[in-house]
Amino acid sequence: MEMLSGAEMVVRSLQDEGIEHIFGYPGGSVLDIYDAIFQSDKIEHYLVRHEQAAVHMADAYSRSTGKVGCVLVTAGPGATNCITGIATAYMDSIPLVVLSGQVPTFWIGDDAFQETDMIGVSRPIVKHSFSCRTAEEIPMAIKKAFYIASTGRPGPVVIELPKDVQNPLNKFPYEYPENISLRSYNPTLSGHKGQIKRAVAALVNARKPVLYVGGGAIIANASKQVLELAEKLNLPVTNTLMGLGSFPGEHKQFIGMLGMHGTYEANNSMHNADLIFSCGARFDDRVTNNVDKFCPNAKIMHIDIDPTSISKNIHADLPIVGSVEVVLQQMLDLIEETQATNDSESINAWWDQINKWRAKDCLAYKTSDTHIKPQQVIQCLYKVTKGDAIVTSDVGQHQMVAAQYYPFKEPRQWINSGGAGTMGFGLPAAMGCKIAFPDRPVVCVTGDGSIQMNIQELSTCMQYNIPLVILLLNNRSLGMVKQWQKMFYGGRQSHSYMDSVPDFVKLSEAYNHIGIKVDKIEELEPALIRAFELKDRVVFIDVAIDPEEHVYPMQIKSGSMEDMYLSKTEKTDA
Amino acid sequence: MRRIIAVLLENESGALSRVVGLFSQRAYNIESLTVSPTNDKTLSRMTITTDVVNHAELEQMMKQLHKLVDVLRVTELTQSAHVERELLLVKVRTVGSEAREEVKRTCDIYRGQIVDITQHLYTIQLTGVGSKLDAFVATISDASEIVEVVRSGVCGIARGDKALRG
Ligand SMILES: Cc1ncc(C[n+]2csc(CCOP(=O)(O)OP(=O)(O)O)c2C)c(N)n1
Ligand SMILES: [Mg+2]
Repeated sequence: MEMLSGAEMVVRSLQDEGIEHIFGYPGGSVLDIYDAIFQSDKIEHYLVRHEQAAVHMADAYSRSTGKVGCVLVTAGPGATNCITGIATAYMDSIPLVVLSGQVPTFWIGDDAFQETDMIGVSRPIVKHSFSCRTAEEIPMAIKKAFYIASTGRPGPVVIELPKDVQNPLNKFPYEYPENISLRSYNPTLSGHKGQIKRAVAALVNARKPVLYVGGGAIIANASKQVLELAEKLNLPVTNTLMGLGSFPGEHKQFIGMLGMHGTYEANNSMHNADLIFSCGARFDDRVTNNVDKFCPNAKIMHIDIDPTSISKNIHADLPIVGSVEVVLQQMLDLIEETQATNDSESINAWWDQINKWRAKDCLAYKTSDTHIKPQQVIQCLYKVTKGDAIVTSDVGQHQMVAAQYYPFKEPRQWINSGGAGTMGFGLPAAMGCKIAFPDRPVVCVTGDGSIQMNIQELSTCMQYNIPLVILLLNNRSLGMVKQWQKMFYGGRQSHSYMDSVPDFVKLSEAYNHIGIKVDKIEELEPALIRAFELKDRVVFIDVAIDPEEHVYPMQIKSGSMEDMYLSKTEKTDA
Repeated sequence: MRRIIAVLLENESGALSRVVGLFSQRAYNIESLTVSPTNDKTLSRMTITTDVVNHAELEQMMKQLHKLVDVLRVTELTQSAHVERELLLVKVRTVGSEAREEVKRTCDIYRGQIVDITQHLYTIQLTGVGSKLDAFVATISDASEIVEVVRSGVCGIARGDKALRG
């Protein structure tokens, strides 16, 4: 058998796992692994400027491809810098394997230089973790980590590798395990037959059904089944923020995003539905509004691969544990087999009602002669990219506007931090997507606050020539915070200004990128066209937008789903 | 509602901290927790007593436990026939032969055992359900001065055919 050191085993195991890209940052406790990486021609390593960005890159690489993202960092601060990234991936169920160094085993517990209990620190935000105390454990730990990260409800897995375990002088027989099974871990994929039967019956008997589709449908690659089911039964489809793209945004049965900043028609359809069929959506508080007033007349059907997500916030009348793809396929097969249909008359009446809500045109907005509106920027982006770009986003008003005004065609096209809402995610996320898809246009829609949380990655873009477009909706403020302060805090703008936004054009140029400033609406489209034509440069477009614009619709706190502010002056009558 | 959850899990480093972490992270209440390897040394058995507001909370708690990668089996004991026991060790100070007699008598009534004696101190061992131990501690404190008390927390097992196995 081949003899390898612990450090070599790490790299070989990753290779044997099929890993091509890894994101990281070296340090004392992982120098042996870095030395092994230096000698590998199969794994491409990207050196970031901050470990948080490495995790976001790996995360978005995973979100855009469906593969597992992989990160390598040193002990102590290198590891703790990953925490926000790991939490972000955890909240959105993204499969990652994070390898972190550790002080030698014989120093663990002694407060040695750069010793941090990474297993302990990361415990609440990982799916699982491993600490390797001998080199021989490494291949199995890595195999298990990738398996656990990517199956069931995916999530991040941390592997801690003490320095002595990597020692290049000690060689051990290496073999990468082919298969594994864990007696304590067996995710359920297919749905219970009886439940499938009941689900089909409930669905075809519903008069006011809504298909409520979340990120789980994207993770499970279930878009085909969602579309087929929706079209077969003429069902209205709404997406969560995480589910956008799982159903074509321009499809006539798409009623928009739901929830806090959801459309009037989506939120009203939910509130008035008699059946809500959640496919990989978890009734998050940003969706339900006040749970006590949630959809009073609806029967709840819920497919989720994670049993804990079912009946956690909202009681499910008909729970189905399983993968959204497999379960929907089971339902489609049964519908086919039994030729089940729903009552087209009542469904048409339901659509008449929905179309009345649609006619309200809740996303309409007023343009201005003096200011560029954020909505205009996203609509222009859609036009220039023909709806084909991979769009990553940061967190704030710009994120919501991007979600509302860029109808995504496909799954894995909209990459954002939904569960954690992590500012600073957008730029490294765009980098991860561009590395995965070098030939596709990738744009990061960001805010003046968020972009500065990982702006140092412009340097990484320079090093590896990762040509993406950064589209900054610059309102010179922490817009979303300001909106809340204006609406709920008597307009007191406590620390929501950015008094000193830098000159982003000059800043981009300092990193040898192209910066374009857009102050007038006429300049916007040419700037975007130029940006996407320049295929080998990072282009940073700084668009001065109306700092007073708010995001609407917006649900009214403690209300039901149908209670919304529709503009600064209009709200639904509760 | 007081509930007893039995958990069978991998006997691996970190497994216990994941369970304990889960309870604090999700704001679940732990009244007692006992854990020890089983006859199969690769497995540990844990008994957790908790106080839940309703059945939904209990169900969520059990699902969350089961979701932990190390956990093989989870079951609730109080909803069917079961045996639960707790071990109490109590050290009491006794002065005078009358007090000693009283301690000894109380011990006998409760079927406790005196497991250590010094000139002024008795250490008593007693097993039973929690309420019996409570009653014993209350009674013995009338006859003597309690120096220290240690309780193991509840261990539980289902009656009859039911078994929690790997
Ligand atoms: C790391 C982090 N810190 C704080 C917040 C709270 N927060 C949410 S949105 C927001 C403002 C974002 O400002 P900006 O990036 O300029 O976006 P805008 O809302 O102006 O479009 C803040 C501070 C957060 N989501 N993430
Ligand atoms: Mg801003």
